[in-house]
Amino acid sequence: MQTAIDIRTVTKTYGTFTALHGVSLSIMDNEFFTLLGPSGCGKTTLLRMIAGFEDVTKGDILLFGQNIAALDPNLRPVNTVFQQYALFPHMSVIDNVAFGLKMKGFDLPTRRKRAGEMLDMVHLSSFADRLPAQLSGGQQQRVALARALAPQPKVLLLDEPLSALDLKLRQAMRMELKQLQQDTGITFIFVTHDQEEALTMSNRIAVMSAGHVQQIGTPRDIYESPVNRFVADFIGETNLLEVEVASITGDLAQVILPGGHSITCSTATHDPGRHHLSIRPERLTLGPVGTGLEATVDQVIYLGTDLQVLVRLDGGTPLQIRIQNAARIEVPEPGTRIGLQLEEGAARLLAD
Amino acid sequence: MALRSVRHYPGFFSIAMLCLIILYAPLIVVMVYSFNDSPSITNWGGLSLRWYFDVFTGPEAPRFRAAAWNSLTIAVLAATIATAIATAAALAMLRAGKFKGRSLTFALINLPLMVPEIVIAVATLIFFTMIGFTTGYLTILIAHITFCIPFAYLPIAARLQGIDGSYEAAARDLYATRAQSFFLVLLPLMAPGVISGYLLAFIISLDDFIITNFVKGAGMETLPTAIFGSVKQGIKPNIMAISTLMLGVSILFVTLSYLINRKGRQSP
Repeated sequence: MQTAIDIRTVTKTYGTFTALHGVSLSIMDNEFFTLLGPSGCGKTTLLRMIAGFEDVTKGDILLFGQNIAALDPNLRPVNTVFQQYALFPHMSVIDNVAFGLKMKGFDLPTRRKRAGEMLDMVHLSSFADRLPAQLSGGQQQRVALARALAPQPKVLLLDEPLSALDLKLRQAMRMELKQLQQDTGITFIFVTHDQEEALTMSNRIAVMSAGHVQQIGTPRDIYESPVNRFVADFIGETNLLEVEVASITGDLAQVILPGGHSITCSTATHDPGRHHLSIRPERLTLGPVGTGLEATVDQVIYLGTDLQVLVRLDGGTPLQIRIQNAARIEVPEPGTRIGLQLEEGAARLLAD
Repeated sequence: MALRSVRHYPGFFSIAMLCLIILYAPLIVVMVYSFNDSPSITNWGGLSLRWYFDVFTGPEAPRFRAAAWNSLTIAVLAATIATAIATAAALAMLRAGKFKGRSLTFALINLPLMVPEIVIAVATLIFFTMIGFTTGYLTILIAHITFCIPFAYLPIAARLQGIDGSYEAAARDLYATRAQSFFLVLLPLMAPGVISGYLLAFIISLDDFIITNFVKGAGMETLPTAIFGSVKQGIKPNIMAISTLMLGVSILFVTLSYLINRKGRQSP
């Protein structure tokens, strides 16, 4: 498979502040790739550097083998969907969509035809002559997509495009975006701080923090096998416990929990000593006392689809557990003594 | 007790009224007496438009016509050039990032607003004399362009400040060159501010007296200096008519400037 974007040790500094520390990553052709991280992690800066809006302080950006790091944005065959869409308010929807084609020098009939097809694709044909201000947020979002896809870019960049939409629309747009990416076969680079968005749409995710790439992998890799404390904590919910490592052999570690119990789990580190252990709340199951770890129920929180059970291990360590709100479920009362079992892959020892 | 609004302070109404009367009563007197049928400027002789006809056909008409033509052409040229310079200045101030001397530049652009007009007038005259520049139409034009720039700059910069940088980024992203991005996207978005700035500059130039009077040279008149020259030989009712006409033009342009600016703000 061909590499669409190759980012080679890219550094970005603003005065004395370093926004990106020698980031390297490769994005494959036809991939839905997500840059995920909290605000200020450098994900948007990286995206803006691919688009050409920010200068590269050091390093190279290759687009299908061609170094584009020094090119002006209008000379790069990539297009962007902006966070606030940035639709030209003085142009009709169809003129917005045709803008890139016009700048590329296509004649009017071709522009009209292609822009019309694009609007068809996002189901907005009947809105062609409206102004952007006359559309709803979701419709503006689609116009922004159609406008960015119309010139048939080699790579589409999306800068938190769903963040301005309400929850229902956001969820619907996720599926549409994914579908659009598969239909067009264009490489999508998607920036978000929303891990659920990243997990549901991406082929691969790069988790970023403080100007560094922490981990690159499929959604499953990142969720099930986080490499460090940051990734485990940022993706999904988890219990982080400081534990003593008894022994590490290959990819398995023997660790001692705060209560004195010893368990075996997968590991991301090979250094002995004290490390953090991640235990996913949905991989813990409740049972009668005497099975697994001994704990006391503190509180049960009703979340609709799930129940969150807060327990305390003997020894005082708090843990949260997620259980599905199934039809037949025994809700433990606070104060009840229970046994806790760790399912396969529930726990993972992390690097710091 | 709830805080009382300023309207309920004792004496608020009377002071406000006093201010309004001092400001506007003279204007109203001039406007009313411009429709006076009597050649006297103090006695009311019935309603008539004779002094308006006198402005266009009376003995002073050729002088006023020539002065009005000068005023108009200078105002159009000065406003056009000042607006172009102010637009460029606003772009540099707000779109070029931080540069050395940015605060100083801002102060320089707006300096004419703060320096007393008479000081600018004297200094400009001395400057033109020193470099041996013959005073006349061109010196008036140059002086007008200079003091019109800050008036054009303010609404343009205010407008530009409200335009998100992502529009230009989007245009560049969609293969527009720098120039295309400016003329096809940024300039149309800035247009209300630019027009508003142009109209302000136009009216400031049209109304200017002090600086013009200093740098105009002999035999060269604009409408305000022509009116002043005429008044020196005694106030006639035709002066009231021509003053009212100028007031009307001023109000029209300032209102237009305001409305265009407001409309632009509603639909960014």
